[in-house]
Amino acid sequence: MIAELGHYALILALVVALVQGTLPLIGAQRRTPAWIAVARPAAILQAGLIGIAFLALTHAFVTSDFSVVNVAENSHSAKPMLYKISGVWGNHEGSMVLWVLILALYGLAVALFGRNLPPSLRARVLAVQALIAVGFLLFIILTSNPFERLSPAPLDGRGLNPLLQDPGLAFHPPMLYFGYVGFSMAFAFAIAALIEGRVDAAWARWVRPWTLAAWCFLTAGIALGSWWAYYELGWGGWWFWDPVENASFMPWLAGTALLHSAIVCEKRDTLKSWTILLAILTFSLSLLGTFLVRSGVLTSVHAFATDPERGVFILAFLVLVTGGALALFAVRAPGLAGGGLFAPISREGALVLNNLLLTVGCATVFLGTLYPLFLEIAGGGKVSVGGPYFNATFIPLMVPLVAFVPVGSMLPWKRGDLAGVLARLRFAGGVAGATALAVLALVEGTSLLAAGGVLLAAWLAAGVLTELAGRVQLLRVDAAESWRRLVRLPRASVGMSLAHLGVAVFVAGVTGSVAWHTEKVQTMRVGETVEVAGYQFTLDGVSEHRGPNYTATSGQFTVTRQGAPVTRLRPEKRIYPAENMPTTEAAIHSTAMRDLYAVLGDPAEDGAWTTRLYVNPLIAWIWFGCFMMVGGGLLSLSDRRHRVGAPVRQAVRAGVLGPAKA
Amino acid sequence: MMRRYHLIPVAIFIALAGGLYVGLDPDRNPKAVPSALIDQPVPEFALPPVEGRGLGLASADLRGEVALVNVFASWCGPCRVEHPLLMDLAAKRVVAVHGINYKDQPKAAAEWLLRLGDPYTRTGADRDGRVSIDWGVYGVPETFVVDRAGRIRYKHVGPLQADDLEQKILPLIRRLQG
Repeated sequence: MIAELGHYALILALVVALVQGTLPLIGAQRRTPAWIAVARPAAILQAGLIGIAFLALTHAFVTSDFSVVNVAENSHSAKPMLYKISGVWGNHEGSMVLWVLILALYGLAVALFGRNLPPSLRARVLAVQALIAVGFLLFIILTSNPFERLSPAPLDGRGLNPLLQDPGLAFHPPMLYFGYVGFSMAFAFAIAALIEGRVDAAWARWVRPWTLAAWCFLTAGIALGSWWAYYELGWGGWWFWDPVENASFMPWLAGTALLHSAIVCEKRDTLKSWTILLAILTFSLSLLGTFLVRSGVLTSVHAFATDPERGVFILAFLVLVTGGALALFAVRAPGLAGGGLFAPISREGALVLNNLLLTVGCATVFLGTLYPLFLEIAGGGKVSVGGPYFNATFIPLMVPLVAFVPVGSMLPWKRGDLAGVLARLRFAGGVAGATALAVLALVEGTSLLAAGGVLLAAWLAAGVLTELAGRVQLLRVDAAESWRRLVRLPRASVGMSLAHLGVAVFVAGVTGSVAWHTEKVQTMRVGETVEVAGYQFTLDGVSEHRGPNYTATSGQFTVTRQGAPVTRLRPEKRIYPAENMPTTEAAIHSTAMRDLYAVLGDPAEDGAWTTRLYVNPLIAWIWFGCFMMVGGGLLSLSDRRHRVGAPVRQAVRAGVLGPAKA
Repeated sequence: MMRRYHLIPVAIFIALAGGLYVGLDPDRNPKAVPSALIDQPVPEFALPPVEGRGLGLASADLRGEVALVNVFASWCGPCRVEHPLLMDLAAKRVVAVHGINYKDQPKAAAEWLLRLGDPYTRTGADRDGRVSIDWGVYGVPETFVVDRAGRIRYKHVGPLQADDLEQKILPLIRRLQG
């Protein structure tokens, strides 16, 4: 009964979305206030209905109602509650319901907090959002009904893929979807602006916080996914350039570019059509990601239940949304008046360079991801594109991007003095050079490339701190005054510094984990000791035990260094009987400077075990860097200028906060 | 001029969408990896039979008649799935079926053939897996069609399904025998 209620609510939501997607659009065109006014209550109603559907599905999972096909196929009565709930979105159908729910929640936010938007703009934004919802609701109802019944109901379910039974992965998809779907806001604003034929600073002010929020979620989601891959898959790596990873990384790159170009759009009233194009592309890449994951077009380790029929539907939708948006762009964008002029050496120029590098980087990832498909279609045979391609093309683009961050964020708007900025960064350059030389001299086995990575990270960190120090007049006024200045800095600018520092930490983490990583694979008998990068791993024993819904074989390692005990590690191999599927649980001992990572493999002959042991220096910095980026984004978002619903304060903005903020 | 410039994104997108549409072809299997050995002669090898069987398998045995070479192991679940199809094929005597027993314990392999039935005319026990590597095997089961001249003409990865046999393998075998 409750499942049918959920199904019914979805259908009602579709009807509401149809109304919300048409009447306000026509109303805004004809200037009919009554029709424009439909948008707001419709968005609220739609969010309520999809919320009911989502709750109904959650109810079915929580109560293990196996008469619902989706529950029977993806849940199991012996599963811990957390995974019963995360099972709702651990499958194709349920994840689509979560998708539309998040879309509706964003619409709800516009309806509730968008009071200071011009009514026609708000109506158009909500209408575009509703049209996207129509597509996805149709998709769910026609091809992926999560409420389908099964008769007779089985006694127990087939269980959730054990790899997904993990706290990290329970929250990875919702985070990603909040990111992907969040970019629909920027998209809806872009389409609304194209329809209105007007893009101004106020518009950009509205787009920025939404883009920033989506970007924070997406960053957190990708970082969570990569962390999960690191500790759960037991391969010791954290990024594999898998098509599905790339599918989430492309919107991130485009979204990062959008984040920066929207600043120019807001502050200087220029780069308008480019910003609009980026907003369209970012969301389109999110949709493309959805398509790639669910259509089975590409081969990937992330096997979602793929289905070409669903693929055709999403593709058709993608053509309508992206094709339609780009066509509208082609018609309307030439009419958008350009704004302020700027010299190549200026903040604007630096942000254009940022956009150029990010979009070209995005294009290389795009090419690498889709190249095998297009080559095959063109009759060129099967190839796979992996790490070497991306390392050779993508990283050289990111190096100048990172290297220019300190310079760009110190350049003033309109026209800057490169020599002056570089002079101010002398100290940062010195610190970075000294750090790199010190690492090269002191750390054994440092290649020039690794030293280059250290140089880059140190340069960025020192540069960001120099900029911040200049802002608070460090050493020029006394420390207490500097502190007061720091506290009074706009949160948006502190957030920017924090996020850029996060990039530096990330670069250091990547450098460390790639350059000094040690890996040993061998068979070990109980009692045997293997040395990895100065650590002695001793296999003390292997035992069996039982978890709530699995049985496990666990190995006990004692790790010592120069005779002193460091830690004990207990990697496991689990068998989940409901799914008859094995998983590896790596054991990790993590400190700021290095991770010890142990995996228990298969038994070899004569009571020996295959083991894989890794020492990964600085790897935790990768996720800590991402965490700092998200923190910076959130801090910036909490700035009152960005706070959703804060009134536009033109005078305050131009006067007090000054030019040097982003 | 400006307008034409703004049309570029649409044009690129249309090309992309067309490509993706072709990519959706249900007959296309993105996971299939073609064998570099197709149309190449089988590698030179000679293997002793699985314990308790009379005839071993060597490259010379694969010349002169069309043959199906199946790589299997007693520890491999999917091999058990395709086993009845092989039994059926051997009983109908459409084609000579040979087996390469991949990295198996001699006892386990012998018992497997005894208990489930032996569809193979000849078997080769590839204890260390070296010969299978020469065949380009990267997982069991895999099945090869070898023509009269001893060249590999087709490779199937994973358990055989009735559809694969009916639609691809048997027609090819008939043509080769032709």
